[in-house]
Amino acid sequence: MVVRGDSSASAHRAMSSAATTSPSVDKVDGFSRKSVRKAKQKRSQSSSQFRSQDKPIELTPLPLLKDVPAQEQPELFLKKLQQCCTVFDFMDTLSDLKMKEYKRSTLNELVDYVTVSRGYLTEQAYPEVVKMVSHNIFRTLPPSDSNEFDPEEDEPTLEASWPHLQLVYEFFIRFLESQEFQPSIAKKYIDQKFVLQLLELFDSEDPRERDYLKTVLHRIYGKFLGLRAFIRKQINNIFLRFVYETEHFNGVAELLEILGSIINGFALPLKAEHKQFLVKVLIPLHTVRSLSLFHAQLAYCIVQFLEKDPTLTEPVIRGLLKFWPKTCSQKEVMYLGELEEILDVIEPTQFVKIQEPLFKQISRCVSSPHFQVAERALYYWNNEYIMSLIEENSSVILPIMFSSLYRISKEHWNPAIVALVYNVLKAFMEMNSTLFDELTASYKSDRQREKKKEKEREELWKKLEDLELKRGLRSDGIIPT
Amino acid sequence: MAGADGDDSLYPIAVLIDELRNEDVQLRLNSIKKLSTIALALGVERTRTELLPFLTDTIYDEDEVLLALAEQLGNFTMLVGGPEYVHCLLPPLESLATVEETVVRDKAVESLRKISQEHSPVDLEVHFEPLVKRLASGDWFTSRTSACGLFSVCYPRVSSTVKAEIRQHFRTLCSDDTPMVRRAAASKLGEFAKVLELDYVKSDIISLFTALASDEQDSVRLLAVEACVSIATLLPQEDLETLVMPTLRQAAEDKSWRVRYMVADKFSELQKAVGPEITKNDLVPAFQNLLKDCEAEVRAAAANKVKEFCENLPEDNREQIIMTHILPCVKELVSDTNQHVKSALASVIMGLSTILGKDNTIEHLLPLFLAQLKDECPEVRLNIISNLDCVNEVIGIRQLSQSLLPAIVELAEDAKWRVRLAIIEYMPLLAGQLGVEFFDEKLNTLCMAWLIDHVYAIREAATCNLMKLVEKFGAEWAQNTIVPKVLGMANDPNYLHRMTTLFCINALSEACGQEITTKQMLPVVLKMSNDQVANVRFNVAKSLQKIGPVLDNNALQTEVKPVLEKLASDQDMDVKYFAQEAISVLPLA
Repeated sequence: MVVRGDSSASAHRAMSSAATTSPSVDKVDGFSRKSVRKAKQKRSQSSSQFRSQDKPIELTPLPLLKDVPAQEQPELFLKKLQQCCTVFDFMDTLSDLKMKEYKRSTLNELVDYVTVSRGYLTEQAYPEVVKMVSHNIFRTLPPSDSNEFDPEEDEPTLEASWPHLQLVYEFFIRFLESQEFQPSIAKKYIDQKFVLQLLELFDSEDPRERDYLKTVLHRIYGKFLGLRAFIRKQINNIFLRFVYETEHFNGVAELLEILGSIINGFALPLKAEHKQFLVKVLIPLHTVRSLSLFHAQLAYCIVQFLEKDPTLTEPVIRGLLKFWPKTCSQKEVMYLGELEEILDVIEPTQFVKIQEPLFKQISRCVSSPHFQVAERALYYWNNEYIMSLIEENSSVILPIMFSSLYRISKEHWNPAIVALVYNVLKAFMEMNSTLFDELTASYKSDRQREKKKEKEREELWKKLEDLELKRGLRSDGIIPT
Repeated sequence: MAGADGDDSLYPIAVLIDELRNEDVQLRLNSIKKLSTIALALGVERTRTELLPFLTDTIYDEDEVLLALAEQLGNFTMLVGGPEYVHCLLPPLESLATVEETVVRDKAVESLRKISQEHSPVDLEVHFEPLVKRLASGDWFTSRTSACGLFSVCYPRVSSTVKAEIRQHFRTLCSDDTPMVRRAAASKLGEFAKVLELDYVKSDIISLFTALASDEQDSVRLLAVEACVSIATLLPQEDLETLVMPTLRQAAEDKSWRVRYMVADKFSELQKAVGPEITKNDLVPAFQNLLKDCEAEVRAAAANKVKEFCENLPEDNREQIIMTHILPCVKELVSDTNQHVKSALASVIMGLSTILGKDNTIEHLLPLFLAQLKDECPEVRLNIISNLDCVNEVIGIRQLSQSLLPAIVELAEDAKWRVRLAIIEYMPLLAGQLGVEFFDEKLNTLCMAWLIDHVYAIREAATCNLMKLVEKFGAEWAQNTIVPKVLGMANDPNYLHRMTTLFCINALSEACGQEITTKQMLPVVLKMSNDQVANVRFNVAKSLQKIGPVLDNNALQTEVKPVLEKLASDQDMDVKYFAQEAISVLPLA
């Protein structure tokens, strides 16, 4: 339909007043907006316990630890751990209320006990602790409420069994941090399989759980040297699957946060394995649609790597350029932000190696019709260190940037961008006035040369296509060879 | 013939390669997409000696370019000189099969599979199979993943020693330590089993299948379920119980809902693959469990399969199994807490009536249909209504009509316009099944009310609906029931309603025929040419163009022509435009 001007506007008012009087149209039009949909969702909590038992659970109450003599405490501690292996169904809010409360208070007691007591950690306690923790935290995560759960828009589904789960995590962390804790004994029980299941839990939609997991994994990485390589490899696998298979994993930011501090501790020179991780895993992570959710942590990891080993700058920047977003301006702004962080720590010798491809991209960003992208790129000229690098290399950079800048100064729709571009042009003029004048003078002839080249290309392809046509006809026997 | 050599002076390879190297990705992409043209210009010899080595060496590019390249190379056999030389294409495709980006790799594998067929058995062993081995033992997971898709295409055409090697490589990849590779292997397990000799299926495949089905990662286990279908089809009935069923039973009870979901989703295929006896003894209880699963996703997937599962039950005791085992679960699903489960069930439940026959339907299914027709979720009601035809065949729709009406009325006034739209689409079907009397009495008012809905899409669909109703009930019915109401809206104070009159006329004129159009509709249209809203006037011009072919020449010349001429000199440019268009299209001169 043709978009109409004033006449239809007044008519439209007539329509809306008429609409309220007709019987079938007086209901609100429920365009399925997300906010509406969310309000209707009843289940904001979920939990997945397959085949939880139908019978009510009975636990025999045990005396408090502080009420028994010290020599009996280790024995009672084990008994309590065993009781806490029982898992309750929290989706049924009415079942086993008394026993749920009993387990909650027992867990609380255990948390206090491992924090303050001494001499409780007998060798027999280790397997029981790990068993209790495993029984409680390891489970298949429930399906996400909405198929296209968008972590930026949707509220996360919270874990229903959190009242118990939180205490179990709390207990486990106190256990790992306890002064009596001996990794040499614990490593028999906290093994690869345990870590693997722990890592899978990072996909939990509940941010509270991911936060606890982060601390747990960090402690394990710190205390179990034998598991470090394994943990890094499994995180690799999670990321690769996330990038190339599912694009869905809730705990990427948390894992990157842990990696940030792991990278910080890498010894120099960096092992090939770590470099491969940077180039083959961290850089491709930039391609994921939900980048904004973990970009800060990712950029931190990248910069950590470059501070360790500046020679990695070239592959990193080339990688970013390869994956540069084509259709998502929001991501482009993030890339530009990260690039500035990298340029902040770049060594001049490295800068020279990548300046050409880099500024070709920046020149494209500067002339983006999206003003936020153009603006973000132009802000580089406010950065003193970057300015000094540009100045040193102005004979290379100016010719790359010039035509974009010149064109935008004439035709960008946004006045703020035009003003910024004028400043940049002015800076270039001051840096290298001879070159600037030459480029201004040759601007027109350069454009013409480009047009001519373009035309030649078209002709080449036309000739090639004619050839193809002719051969096609010949092979069909229409034209004799 | 594409084999002739190109003209060197005209197309030096440097120029062409310049094109493939252009700085602008888009231009590079365009050149790659025309790679066959370039090859044609070079001729087969230089394509082999110059172009392919260049392509192999410069594989580092944007994934989009690589994707186009991988696709092109699959159709390149003639351009390198036919099957005799097809192995020249292997080096670039091998590199492409190792890149990270999944779509590129998959395309490279697809092209490799395609050209594998063009290799002679000797070339397959000399060139192709070594490539598969290299990929299978690559360092980085990507090449091993790609290798998984290539075993089955070369296996049938190589010697038995090479076959043994291939089986060994496949075995190794099934226990690879990266889950990505195990997933790739698991997803190709069924395909690979199909090309193996039966003895090896029993000795090799079953152990791999069992291992993958108990992998520590559920993403691997669920792929084994898919393979289960192919494997079970290959084995003789007497071996199924010992070789397949233990694993399948375990999958149906897996602790991960994703695996159980997969079992539910593939249930009909599994059922066909294992045959009637095992279905009766094993799958019926498994299916019951899936229908009662604790995760809604699993229940919904199983609910979707209820009809197919029942249909495929062995006929001798189908009815008994359904009545005693399946129906009780179905009854519970009708009042499930999750709307996806209910709506999945509603989309198939009506199909049970044909299987169970008239008496059972009335006694057992009808109460369920009625309950679902009253469900709080509109999608459930819609799904029931959209499948009314199945029930109609068995018990006739009258049984339902009393409950149907309130359900339809409620959907017709639903707050969500998409729901209203959906029910409109079923109106012609309902009208056909309920008959003209019932329709006039109960549904006609609804159909007219939609014409003044405040959402355009609804008004449009309502117009289209009227046309279909007229096609069903005839012109006379239209003249008595619809046309007066439609024409009445021409005087409505709201211009959108006046336009709806015009849209209805556009849709109805043909179905109503010349007489009604000329005598009743045309005068109204012509009168509206004086409307004060320009939108109405240019729609008059459009309507006249539309109904012109239905009118006789006399009416066109004496009535339509003067009005269009007047509109052609309207002060509004759009009115002018559409009037002139109508004048030029209609035979007025």
